[in-house]
Amino acid sequence: MIIATIVLAVSVAAGCAGLIALAARDGRAYAIAAPLLFGALLLWCWEVVCLGFGVPRVLLPAPSGIAQAFVANLPTLWADFVQTVIRAVVPGYLIGCGAGYLTAIALDRSAFLRRGFLPLAGLLGAMPIVGIAPIMVMWFGFDWPSKAAVAAVMTFFPMLINTVAGLSTTGALERDLMRSYGASYWQTLLKLRLPAALPYVFIALKLNFTLALIGAIVAEFFGTPIVGMGFRISTEAARLDLDVVWAEIALAALTGSACFAALALLERAVLFWHPSFQKFALSKP
Amino acid sequence: MLFENVLDVLAPAVLDVRHVGMRYESREVMRDIHFALTAGDFVSIVGPSGCGKTTLLRAMAGLTEPTSGSVRFKDREIREPQSEVAIVFQDYNRALLPWRTVRGNIALALEARRIARSEHPARIADLLRRVGLTRHADHYPAQLSGGLQQRVQIARALAQEPQVLLMDEPFGALDAITRQRLQDELLEIWSATSTTMVFITHDLEEAIYLGNRIIVLEANPGRVAADIRVDLARPRHQLTTREDSRFLAIRHQLFGLLSAE
Ligand SMILES: Nc1ncnc2c1ncn2[C@@H]1O[C@H](COP(=O)(O)OP(=O)(O)O)[C@@H](O)[C@H]1O
Ligand SMILES: [Mg+2]
Repeated sequence: MIIATIVLAVSVAAGCAGLIALAARDGRAYAIAAPLLFGALLLWCWEVVCLGFGVPRVLLPAPSGIAQAFVANLPTLWADFVQTVIRAVVPGYLIGCGAGYLTAIALDRSAFLRRGFLPLAGLLGAMPIVGIAPIMVMWFGFDWPSKAAVAAVMTFFPMLINTVAGLSTTGALERDLMRSYGASYWQTLLKLRLPAALPYVFIALKLNFTLALIGAIVAEFFGTPIVGMGFRISTEAARLDLDVVWAEIALAALTGSACFAALALLERAVLFWHPSFQKFALSKP
Repeated sequence: MLFENVLDVLAPAVLDVRHVGMRYESREVMRDIHFALTAGDFVSIVGPSGCGKTTLLRAMAGLTEPTSGSVRFKDREIREPQSEVAIVFQDYNRALLPWRTVRGNIALALEARRIARSEHPARIADLLRRVGLTRHADHYPAQLSGGLQQRVQIARALAQEPQVLLMDEPFGALDAITRQRLQDELLEIWSATSTTMVFITHDLEEAIYLGNRIIVLEANPGRVAADIRVDLARPRHQLTTREDSRFLAIRHQLFGLLSAE
């Protein structure tokens, strides 16, 4: 116990010193190193607390225990990943985001439709997932299509709202410019307004992946074949096999962060011209 | 009336502003503005801020319809922007597309004119040379200083091969040195083409230095206070022209007109 406390204090102090040293520096490598060190420090403290203070595994297993369960259950985890992420989250996410984006463009032409549809969309968007999920299971069956539908419904509204907001960012001057060229509505949309809306679209893309993942996992609680991350979490939790539950949670967290990071990189590549990324991409000649 | 007709025969009007008035609800912004631009002229329009200069320019560009009177381009009334009339906006930050390079921004005007893609490189290279931007062809607007960004806008306007170039305080946000350099470059471009220039500014000296003619607006509502010919020798020179006694006389006159209010 005392040893654990001392180890904890020393490692926290060392970690903080390291973080402060990293924060003082500028540059890409340091920008990546800082969160990595922070994460490693958290995991280490968690490990020390669990082992040193003898926390029961049912309450909170140590990271090493979770890692062991992860490796031991790799085939199951892979099957669950395919069922939930590849079959349900990805198509649901793509359909929801795509439909939200296209609906925003369709609504753009008519202020009347926009005024009528957006409050309604907000109402539907506020519907709780525990309400949507059983309905989708009834409509689309137990297998992955109902989970994809939940993911699509959950991602549709954020994308719709963000794209509508993005399309309204172009001001009078920009529209004067396109008008002075005699540009049509569609030319103005393609050359000016859709590119200008991209920063907003990326906000929705990044938020939506997590939403789709949560949606699909929770939807599996309401009926599923005997595979899938949500199914595994609910059955293994009932059997008190919490190492597997934690391994699934770790898998979900890893998937979510990996996709978020990939989208953030894509965003940086696409929006290199945007003021918030210029520090990285563009330099004064 | 007879005098006007004689002038018409000698030098036909390209842009004809006829008794233009503008109201926004109950607020009268312009009243009975009337003048004609002769082809190839360089006209400065000065006036205090808020007197309706931008509103007048937008009406001349066909971007807004005046509530009374009309604007005619080569004897037809304009209600929509004309491809022969180009505009340079004051706010270069927003007038350039940030996701396009200098080259791409100039190409925008060529795309609007539906010029074949195969012709773009040669035309863009020529325009870049004329405004001295060749080195910056592949830079993005955010990488350029204000003066360079405004040059991009000028090149893009020239890509339209306009007969009239309307400029709304184009150098207003630039520092003094950059502004003087751009003034001289603009005069060079003007003398190399037959483009009719309309240059809006609130800087009296800039108006005199550039123009053959100065239209002075007064505010509330905006109307023409004076229409002055500038008989200063060309090419103009930043030092000697500004020291010329006629330059100073016009400066006195403008100062009197604009501070009388
Ligand atoms: N769309 C508009 N609606 C109402 N008032 C306007 C509008 N555009 C301009 N104004 C008013 O017209 C006046 C002249 O504006 P503007 O032409 O921009 O002046 P300037 O360019 O000379 O500074 C200002 O008082 C402004 O508030
Ligand atoms: Mg103005």
